[in-house]
Amino acid sequence: MTIASALALAGIRHRFGHTLALDDAHLTVAPGTVHALLGENGAGKSTLMRIAFGMLAPDAGTLAVQGRPVQFRSSADAIAAGLGMVHQHFALVGPMRAVENVALGSRGRLDLTATAARMREVAARTGLSVDPDAVVATLSVAAQQRLEIVKALVRGARVLILDEPGAVLTPDERADLDRWLRQFCADGGTAVLITHKVREALAVADAISVLRRGRSVLEAPRADVDDDAVVAAMTGEALRASPAKAGGAAAIRGLVPTPSAEPVLALDAVTLRDARGVTRLRDVTLRVARGEVLGVIGVEGAGVRELLRVLAGRLAPTTGSVRRPLRVGFIPEDRLHDAIVPAFSLAENLALADAGHARGRLDWRGIRRATADVLTAHDVRNGTADRLAAELSGGNQQKFVVGRERRVGVDALVAENPTRGLDLRAAASVLAALRDAAARGADGPAVVFHSTDLDEVLAVATRVVACFNGSVREVPPPTDPEDRTAYARALVGTL
Amino acid sequence: MEALAALWDGAFGSPFAFWSATLVRATPLLLLGLAVAVAFRAGVLNIGAEGQLLLGAAAAAAVALAFGDAPRLVLVPAMVLVGALAGAAWSGIAALLRRRYGVLEVISTIMLNFVAAAMVSWLVRGPMQEPTRVYPQSSSFADAAHWPFLLNGQRLHLGFALGVLAAWGLWWWLEHSAAGFRVRAVGGGARAAASAGGVDVGRTISRVFLLSGALAGVAGASEVGGVTWALYEGLSPGYGYTAIAVALLARLDPRWILVTAVFFGALDAGAAAMQRDAQVPSVVVQIVVALVVLAVLAARYVHARRLAQRAAPETA
Amino acid sequence: MIEFGVLLLPFLEASLRTATPLGFAALGELVTERAGVINLGLEGAIIAGCFGALAGAGLGGPYAGVLAGIAAGAAVAMVFAVFVLALRADQIIAGTAMTLLALGITGTLYRLVYGAGGAALDTPTLAPWALPGLSSLPGLGPVLFTQPLPTYVLYLLVPALLWWMHRTGAGLALRAIGEHRAAAEAAGVRSQRSRAAAIIFGGAMGGLSGATLVLAQVGTFNEGMSAGRGFIAIAIVVLGRWSVLGTALAALVFGAAFALQYLFQAMDWALPYQLFLAFPYVLTLVLLALLRGRAAAPLELGRQD
Repeated sequence: MTIASALALAGIRHRFGHTLALDDAHLTVAPGTVHALLGENGAGKSTLMRIAFGMLAPDAGTLAVQGRPVQFRSSADAIAAGLGMVHQHFALVGPMRAVENVALGSRGRLDLTATAARMREVAARTGLSVDPDAVVATLSVAAQQRLEIVKALVRGARVLILDEPGAVLTPDERADLDRWLRQFCADGGTAVLITHKVREALAVADAISVLRRGRSVLEAPRADVDDDAVVAAMTGEALRASPAKAGGAAAIRGLVPTPSAEPVLALDAVTLRDARGVTRLRDVTLRVARGEVLGVIGVEGAGVRELLRVLAGRLAPTTGSVRRPLRVGFIPEDRLHDAIVPAFSLAENLALADAGHARGRLDWRGIRRATADVLTAHDVRNGTADRLAAELSGGNQQKFVVGRERRVGVDALVAENPTRGLDLRAAASVLAALRDAAARGADGPAVVFHSTDLDEVLAVATRVVACFNGSVREVPPPTDPEDRTAYARALVGTL
Repeated sequence: MEALAALWDGAFGSPFAFWSATLVRATPLLLLGLAVAVAFRAGVLNIGAEGQLLLGAAAAAAVALAFGDAPRLVLVPAMVLVGALAGAAWSGIAALLRRRYGVLEVISTIMLNFVAAAMVSWLVRGPMQEPTRVYPQSSSFADAAHWPFLLNGQRLHLGFALGVLAAWGLWWWLEHSAAGFRVRAVGGGARAAASAGGVDVGRTISRVFLLSGALAGVAGASEVGGVTWALYEGLSPGYGYTAIAVALLARLDPRWILVTAVFFGALDAGAAAMQRDAQVPSVVVQIVVALVVLAVLAARYVHARRLAQRAAPETA
Repeated sequence: MIEFGVLLLPFLEASLRTATPLGFAALGELVTERAGVINLGLEGAIIAGCFGALAGAGLGGPYAGVLAGIAAGAAVAMVFAVFVLALRADQIIAGTAMTLLALGITGTLYRLVYGAGGAALDTPTLAPWALPGLSSLPGLGPVLFTQPLPTYVLYLLVPALLWWMHRTGAGLALRAIGEHRAAAEAAGVRSQRSRAAAIIFGGAMGGLSGATLVLAQVGTFNEGMSAGRGFIAIAIVVLGRWSVLGTALAALVFGAAFALQYLFQAMDWALPYQLFLAFPYVLTLVLLALLRGRAAAPLELGRQD
């Protein structure tokens, strides 16, 4: 008997508080296929998959695995039913050994020797090998992802759900993963790939589903759709252009300052070692002038995080010299922990930017007025000076942060993944704000911009540098603007 | 019923009950409540107000006994100052342990409470014992060291006025000064304060720890100078712990601490009367204190849920 | 010098005896903390265990007292668990409140039941129990094996906990929850249930600690007799670097610190006795400072939901 679907969800509804996260969402995955689930940030992809994996109970709707209806009380049930999930932020316990992570969730006596043997068995069968005794925290990102897959396979998963697996991988590693997934499905396995990157999905998938605002809006075989159709389904409009094609770079490339312009930010032979003595930046020399948008690319752990913080004056280098304005605007990646105090009002969050060097009495009336200005200038919806930051949506919080930091960073502005977790519209407006800042040329700040999305960097940057293993080098613009090989090689240090 | 009547009479039943029992007991709770609140506002969980009070009391008593012939106008301010310094020194140990060695301040301050109690126990049996060497207490202070009463015929003393002044000052400082804002920012989100505001978190925390200890030390000085006029072993019936409830119930707002301190002062005074008249043990107050704290925690949960529902969700 | 030699064995015996309640409390707290929860209500569980033991022993003999003590400690922990897990309260503040609550309730009940001055001095207690054979081993034999029953229970608890934490799925799950709760949940572990169990186990051990204190050491109940042992036990877990053996060892060190009081009293030195009262607390501070760092702490420790 052939089964019509390896995994089927129908009529799924789920509510968080007052927000309807999913409404009549469905997904049917045929056995032996790679199925891509696409959608913007916040469209409900992860919520749907957490329901499929038993981590959330839906308010309504049905689930079936291999044609059989199921009801999951926890992910233990989903695992028992033959599902496996590779989480975007890996669900691995860092201080523990790989084998312990694989054994996690078993009951009764532990037999780690047997578990390690099964890991080797899986390695022999699939080519995914991880040292069972390695401490997870010491493994590379790609190895951790392998371990996540091994973990699922050891438990007998036939249906793998992968949440944004490409986000942490270099292009080569991503190609490896795609190859492996096709092989896995050819051997009878089934994979669901969750992503918001159209290009990535179309490269590997046999079928495509799209979620928009919690509803299923498209389900089709790969052959029946193209780029534009998918983007249109994701955004709900026949998109004129994705931010990647917005042409911003072309528009400001003409503004690149003449070489004689005095740089605003300057690093000379900067080396940084962290608290444990690991070298994070080595011998970095870099100049950024007004009107420039310096795009920074690099994989996790390559030193991007540290470079941005040294430029922003949030970290002091171990050796070398830094020249920067007294105050640099900084938009950190982890907004809720590093940029705002959620329990503070917006006015208080504005005052936060000056907290370190303010003296004497605070002029709250003036601060409120300035807050109102930022809210209007940056189109922060539902915001008033006295509203708590926690009450704003992620996109509006970020617009507020960008507005505040532009106010601070008159001369220099550093942004780290500023569009993370935002929907396309909010992301576009954040990127536009950065472009505007730089487009003022000699009157504007020097802008440093990092995103894990290469398209975003190329859309905004006037110049690109790549971090690899703590070193920083410039990537010369390719003659063909569509050619990405130079960037891909820079990411893995083979430029 | 009888017990409740006794409780009410003991706290509010007469002008004397209110001005001389309730408000006198509210005085240390007010100062200690402020001490706890300012620390908590910075995310510093100072459970050591009890010990800091004892140190302040011992130091102020030492000054009162050593300089009994000084004029009151000099002696009383000196007691306040020395009490504050001693309290700050005691909390400074915990501050140093946290900043330099990463010791959880909850543990260190509680340990310091026990050490402080042992220290006072030793003082009143050793170097500071009264001359007859019979009772475990110091000699009574000279008149010049008695803090002035605020009302004729009532036992309400200068300490209460200091507490009210401190409440107002602390409120203004937290809301309107840059330094006070830094304290709130560190408590609200230390990482954001450091990253977005360039606030020196370690220094802010150490300073607020010292301020908290100083306020508690003044409470100690106020007890020996305004109430006991001598150093005793059982000087504080756990005021330092009650103060946690005082501060939390007021949601760490100095203005509301004025109210909650009087509330718990009344409870304390009433409980003493209740034990006297209805034989209900006064440790009942501790139960009420704990229940108030738990109720505040439960209310916070309800509030947080409501806030979460109002807010738009992050990415699902 | 002769005097000291004569006193050494009794001192070691007393160290072990005073270490026993600390060991129970610390090992219980260790399990709770490995699940990512710090329970400052431990002090409350201990005093509740003291009172439960007093009441239970008065009604049904010392073994009933032990059981009542365990139950009382577990009950305190259960309330704490409700606040921390269901109401997502701050662990530190909720724990402090539980300690205050238990101190208040035991104090009140004690005075109501036994009167303001009347201490129950006729509480049946657990006498030391010389294990035949073992107790006559040369050297430390009499020290190790002439102990009241709870000490022997502690001897068994240490290897049992070691085995459970490292050789069972439930133990692995508990450790994973403390390090990375989301990961444990994704692997199918029901973290709330495990955490609740860990908290209640910690409370039960706190209760056993209190019962031991009353029935095998002091022989009666005093208000506030837990005297900070719960907080010291938490420090012991830190000093033991969150490991079972380390914690047991650190408990022994603190047992010795408490037992110093007896030693110095016996040796009649002209030092104020308050010095020895304060010694365990000062020692806690000094050791915490010397063995700095939270390097070994479970990553989720104290994190609010």
